[in-house]
Amino acid sequence: MARDMSDIDILKMELEQLKKEVSTPREPVSKTSKDTMDWCEAASGTDLLITGVPDDKNPYKPEKGGCIIT
Amino acid sequence: MDLPRVLSLQNILSLLFFLLPASALTTGIYMIFSTKPEMATQEIQPNETLTNLKAESDTLKTKLEDERAKLHDVELHQVAEKVDGLGQFIMKTRRTLKGHGNKVLCMDWCKDKRRIVSSSQDGKVIVWDAFTTNKEHAVTMPCTWVMACAYAPSGCAVACGGLDNKCSVYPLSLDKNENLAAKKKSVAMHTNYLSACSFTNSDMQILTSSGDGTCALWDVESGQLLQSFHGHAADVLCLDLAPSETGNTFVSGGCDKKANVWDMRSGQCIQSFETHESDINSVRYYPSGDAFASGSDDATCRLYDLRADREVAIYSKESIIFGASSVDFSLSGRLLFGGYNDYTINVWDVLKGTRVSILFGHENRVSTLRLSPDGTAFCSGSWDHTLRVRDRGYHLGYIPKRTTLSG
Repeated sequence: MARDMSDIDILKMELEQLKKEVSTPREPVSKTSKDTMDWCEAASGTDLLITGVPDDKNPYKPEKGGCIIT
Repeated sequence: MDLPRVLSLQNILSLLFFLLPASALTTGIYMIFSTKPEMATQEIQPNETLTNLKAESDTLKTKLEDERAKLHDVELHQVAEKVDGLGQFIMKTRRTLKGHGNKVLCMDWCKDKRRIVSSSQDGKVIVWDAFTTNKEHAVTMPCTWVMACAYAPSGCAVACGGLDNKCSVYPLSLDKNENLAAKKKSVAMHTNYLSACSFTNSDMQILTSSGDGTCALWDVESGQLLQSFHGHAADVLCLDLAPSETGNTFVSGGCDKKANVWDMRSGQCIQSFETHESDINSVRYYPSGDAFASGSDDATCRLYDLRADREVAIYSKESIIFGASSVDFSLSGRLLFGGYNDYTINVWDVLKGTRVSILFGHENRVSTLRLSPDGTAFCSGSWDHTLRVRDRGYHLGYIPKRTTLSG
């Protein structure tokens, strides 16, 4: 557990991890950002916090004067 | 060692001192100012092995940053310039769940999109129906500060834990009179507090993170430890599982300011990110699985791209000086909700990097927030003892350009 490890042990652990990470395959930000943006735009149409929900389909409205049939 | 090489190594170290968030310096400061008693009494001894290891570590960190910088050819918000703005953004509180006697520390949604489990400092775990605000179940834990709770995918059980160093699973009974505590099953055992827990794709396995610096995967039925994850140098405060389509990984964040991505099968740390300046309180995967966001005591939220292996956005403002305790994305990943210690929730446009809205209402720190499974609403829990469920104020078309504050 990290709390029980000495400074040297923690440094050795970090060193091992860094050696692995230096050789991780990476892609340029221009490509990955574009992919993220495209994914996001494609999904925007179904994101109900962006488009909102019509009252008759919204389970949280109305609060009074209606019953929720489940 | 010949002189020119020594000089150049020293140059690198001085550069690090000035340019990078000085990981070596930070580690030193962290140790001196840390509140943990055993670490506060240590000093950096001019120990040869320690110095050598640190030098090697710093050299590798520089190399890693160089490799990452080579591919940093553009900013996310530049790529997103041609995307329409989000326009007028209003959210309304639809339900306020009252019943906890003390600070709400954690909450989770049931897959049925209407039930919520929440846990509190007073030791109570409550299951609510968010539509009606009725309390369906309540359990009193044998400890206070129940910092973690999670709903099982089947909806038939909840897991929770905190200062008891354990994660326990309670099957939920249809009989309201039945004593839930009687059927409690202790699953996870850590050597320090439980900070977060999450079921994997089934009711059979639970992933936990702890103040003891580790994460662990457990079999619920037998309580057996299936895999443990070592790599954080301090308390692990949060975790999030990758969306099921993208495979067996999860991300964790800790007091060592690192966010680590892990392979669940091998127990190996695949990627590690250290750009925050303070504890990472919350991590959440981007819905596509290719990125994740973090919220930290340094008052910023950040977006890390896993394929580019770097931070690609910082969500911050000079006026925001309190830590972010909890983050979550909307369904498309366009919005990032951040709950902060200044009692507000800031809503960020993930692509453009701008704040779209501030949500008021809570009367104390926001400690937890999560999007509902179908994305219609999100729930926030606070130290003001309540939970609030909010959705979009009204149904609107895609009106671009203007942004305003809302409540």
